[in-house]
Amino acid sequence: MAFSARYLRRRLLNAFNLGISVLATIFGLFWLTWLFWTLVSHGLQWFDTSLFTQSTPAPGAVGGGIANAIIGSLLITLVGVVVGTPIGILAATWLAEFGRYSRIAMVIRFVNDILLSAPSIVIGVFIYAVVVARFGHFSGWSGGLALAIIMLPVVLRTTEDMLVLVPDQLREAAAALGAPQWRVVVTVVYRASLGGILTGVMLGIARISGETAPLLFTALNNQFWSSNMSQPIANLPVTIFQFAMSPYANWQHLAWAGALLITLAILALNLFARLVIRSHAFVK
Amino acid sequence: MLFRGITRLAALLVLALMAAILLVLLVQAWPALHRFGWHFFSGTDWNPVTVQFSALPSIFGTVVTSMIAMVIAVPVSFGIALFITEMAPAWLRRPVSTAIELLAAIPSIIYGMWGLFVFAPVFSEYAQPWITDHIGNWPFIGVLFQGPPMGIGVFTAGLILAIMVIPFISAVMRDVFDLVPTVLKESAYGVGCTTWEVVWNVVLPYTRVGVVGGIMLGLGRALGETMAVTFIIGNSHTISRSLFMPGNTISSTLANEFTEAVGPIYTSSLIALGLILFFITFVVLGLAKLLLLRMGTREGRTS
Repeated sequence: MAFSARYLRRRLLNAFNLGISVLATIFGLFWLTWLFWTLVSHGLQWFDTSLFTQSTPAPGAVGGGIANAIIGSLLITLVGVVVGTPIGILAATWLAEFGRYSRIAMVIRFVNDILLSAPSIVIGVFIYAVVVARFGHFSGWSGGLALAIIMLPVVLRTTEDMLVLVPDQLREAAAALGAPQWRVVVTVVYRASLGGILTGVMLGIARISGETAPLLFTALNNQFWSSNMSQPIANLPVTIFQFAMSPYANWQHLAWAGALLITLAILALNLFARLVIRSHAFVK
Repeated sequence: MLFRGITRLAALLVLALMAAILLVLLVQAWPALHRFGWHFFSGTDWNPVTVQFSALPSIFGTVVTSMIAMVIAVPVSFGIALFITEMAPAWLRRPVSTAIELLAAIPSIIYGMWGLFVFAPVFSEYAQPWITDHIGNWPFIGVLFQGPPMGIGVFTAGLILAIMVIPFISAVMRDVFDLVPTVLKESAYGVGCTTWEVVWNVVLPYTRVGVVGGIMLGLGRALGETMAVTFIIGNSHTISRSLFMPGNTISSTLANEFTEAVGPIYTSSLIALGLILFFITFVVLGLAKLLLLRMGTREGRTS
């Protein structure tokens, strides 16, 4: 059976385009492999106990670690999560449960989507103008606030998506039993979408814990051990930035070790969030 | 009622936050905007010593790097989404899409370090001379690829931005491709379509809203990306015709100079840059949303 030229051309176009698509996938995976290889080959050799127990060394000094930066990062991120998460969940609750179809809800969704993609460095400038300039000094609190503003839209968006997925029959069933609306939300809707909300929070944490730009002019950095949130505080991303750009070999080694550490932590968070999604889907 | 009030307050806080950001940036940027006027948007000088500032080189760098990123990232992301949804055997789907998503989880500062210390030397050693030799003498576009092979520069920044936004765009494309009803695809296969024809004529028209949404999401991220660009763009307040020359973006200027700025006009000029960046992303995302809404309604009417 002879194939027409048109048929051959279609088959050829198909094979060519699918081949390109395989190449595109390899292209994507290639960079991932290269990045990982770089991190492991540059960072792993500087992993030792002093990395986690000692503070950042003076310029040109030997040894030292990034313990103060790790603690500082944890503190700032904690502030970001504690401030950003409840506001995000509550706002999402209003959008999904009370004002779902109202005009103002549409405006809020629109604004939230813009905040979600707003450049994080602009958030840093905003917090600098509002907090840092007013109090006259950089502080851990201002860094935490900047991260909270970045966290808020992430939590809001995922939470609303999850709340909307809860079937209305569940709400109606609870309401029919005489539960007031807040009870329906707290005991039925939240519970049904708990896994999804937690995932949103974890993805938010993963997002803010690697953020460097908004911390550059809020939390700044601190070479010494400090847990005073009213003062500039050491944090992992800015430390990595400063050390990587420095001419001192020891600082650069610490930067690579810190880079590997922060990437592993964020990847672990992401994979964990994924597991929660899967177990949640299983229960459903 | 109390619960409802609290949630309403939280929701309105989002609006207040946006208004506050715009207002504060505008107030703080006003001294510079007032002093330089339109020259702030059209001039090319950036000199802290003579207190002359203008935004054009930074805006130019932001737009050009994002364009490069989109030109590379959109087709690649489409290919990846196509591979995952239509071609990959079932056992390969999850690992590949997880791996691509992990690309998005890596913090931008890591991309910056890798780009400056690992990628740029390799690029300048092997790829750049070849490109300059072979494409540098083409008419019209050749001039874009001329100049010394430094590794860093506008093109490298755009390329790394592309790698950073690929996971965002491809994840959205993959998710919306998965939403296409199997019946639709199977009917197309049933009348003899090839895989490519199914994707081009059935999947893509069905999902164009989501595809545009994904592209806009990637563009928004590319425009405001800071740390990776700061590492590799070269940080020079110039507009070069060649993409291989160093440049600057709004975000990299802010990251480099904000804490070192002395004098109210310098700081105010930097905040004005931030305002411009915020405004650009606002317009891009706003347009995307409106476009999506219009396409969404059209979709509803014809089907």
